[in-house]
Amino acid sequence: MAVAARVAGVLLTAFFFGLTFEGIGRKVTARIQKRYGPPWYQNFIDVLKTLTKHGWTHGWIFDFGVVMALGGVIATLTFVPLGNFVAFPGLDNFFVIVYLFTVGALGMAMGMVGTGNPWASIGVARALTLMLGYEVPYLIVITSLLYNFKTSNISTIVEIQSVNGWNIFRFPIGALVAFICLQGMLGKEPFEAPIAPAEIASGPMVELSAKYMGLLMLMNTFMEFVEISIFVDLFLGGGNYFEFLLKYLTVWIFAIMISAVLPRFRIEQAVYFYWTVPLLLAFIQVFLVVAGM
Amino acid sequence: MSNRGNVKIDERTVWEKIADQLRSRSMWMLHYCTGCGAVELPPSMTSRFDLERFGIGPMATPRQADIFLITGYLSVKTLRRVIYTYEKMPDPKYVIGFGSCTINGGIYYDSYATINRLDYYIPVDLYIAGCMPRPEAIFEAFTKLMEMIRKGEANGWKRYKENYEWYKQNQLRSLGEVIIHDEFHE
Ligand code: SF4
Repeated sequence: MAVAARVAGVLLTAFFFGLTFEGIGRKVTARIQKRYGPPWYQNFIDVLKTLTKHGWTHGWIFDFGVVMALGGVIATLTFVPLGNFVAFPGLDNFFVIVYLFTVGALGMAMGMVGTGNPWASIGVARALTLMLGYEVPYLIVITSLLYNFKTSNISTIVEIQSVNGWNIFRFPIGALVAFICLQGMLGKEPFEAPIAPAEIASGPMVELSAKYMGLLMLMNTFMEFVEISIFVDLFLGGGNYFEFLLKYLTVWIFAIMISAVLPRFRIEQAVYFYWTVPLLLAFIQVFLVVAGM
Repeated sequence: MSNRGNVKIDERTVWEKIADQLRSRSMWMLHYCTGCGAVELPPSMTSRFDLERFGIGPMATPRQADIFLITGYLSVKTLRRVIYTYEKMPDPKYVIGFGSCTINGGIYYDSYATINRLDYYIPVDLYIAGCMPRPEAIFEAFTKLMEMIRKGEANGWKRYKENYEWYKQNQLRSLGEVIIHDEFHE
């Protein structure tokens, strides 16, 4: 019973604060561009509106892909610790989260390719290529972190940080690499090539209508929530529920502000970038950890 | 404003009324512009006038769009694409006709390559008069459209379903055939 309540708590937090923070992000972008911007609850209206429209399916592969994407991400989300608020204590292992996370990504790829639209295929291909780019430096940094603490349990790392100070100060280079990779995971500029509305008509989402679009928007929100939460837990020391949300909002706004002023890399430029600067920094971080500094 | 065949009885259920409230606060417009009028959209969307305040924003594909803007004259060649695109949009969908070209042909009234009255081919919910309407006029139109959606009066998409034969006849009369022959559609 208590577990069910905690799972519901995590999911509702992700739903309510995920969408609210996205709305605040839109407002921040608008202010940077000297506009007034939409209200903070705009994203709730958008998602609910898409659920009221009458759309089309594109065959059962498509249906199954969308459900698998949303389901996979929700399953991942339940394992993510929100500071010291954990739905399944003891099971919030980094590798469990990474493993489950691919279910959502693959579901999305399958469903979107199932629409048969060439733009969708191009978008998915770009998303997977970009993933190849950021996963390598990201995993190298995180592995060095796990090696340093001799545990892959995220809650344990959060607790250690409450004693030893935040990891962002102990591993500044690693935190920088992880943040650059986070920007790619979120699909924000300059790593926005998989979506690219003006170029490939929003890529994977090109054939999504009505409720499918709504479900994918929710999935996207949850995905962002998982990615940023892991960063906050591993580098910013988690904290209690409210501290966690505050840190989350800070990271999110920082990412938004960077994306609001940058143009877009071409996909091969993005991968080239990830495999030079962040990868090099990641190796330096590994060296420092192994050398015990 | 085209109100042909509109009966003024509100027969929406409670859910449809709530849905219409949501739809009026979040309208995504299709990035497909046909005539001179498209040039008035960038200033309406960016810093000076900021359409996003009302939840209106551009969307790249017809599958996600709610409003379809016909921004000016329509050549016969474009009309085929417009019909394709309109039929791809999910219900409920709204069409706004920009400028005098969509109302009666404007300065292209005697051209061999353009159509004169948009309303014959797809149902138009709202016209903006002028050549070219300024962003202020566009805002006026959008607020009017929001009001119409909330009252359940913007039901061009229902008219298209009810009078499908009539619209198809008109389309065929002007186009010969609606099917597009090019490398993207075959
Ligand atoms: S109404 Fe005027 S501005 Fe608009 S398309 Fe026609 S000629 Fe151009």
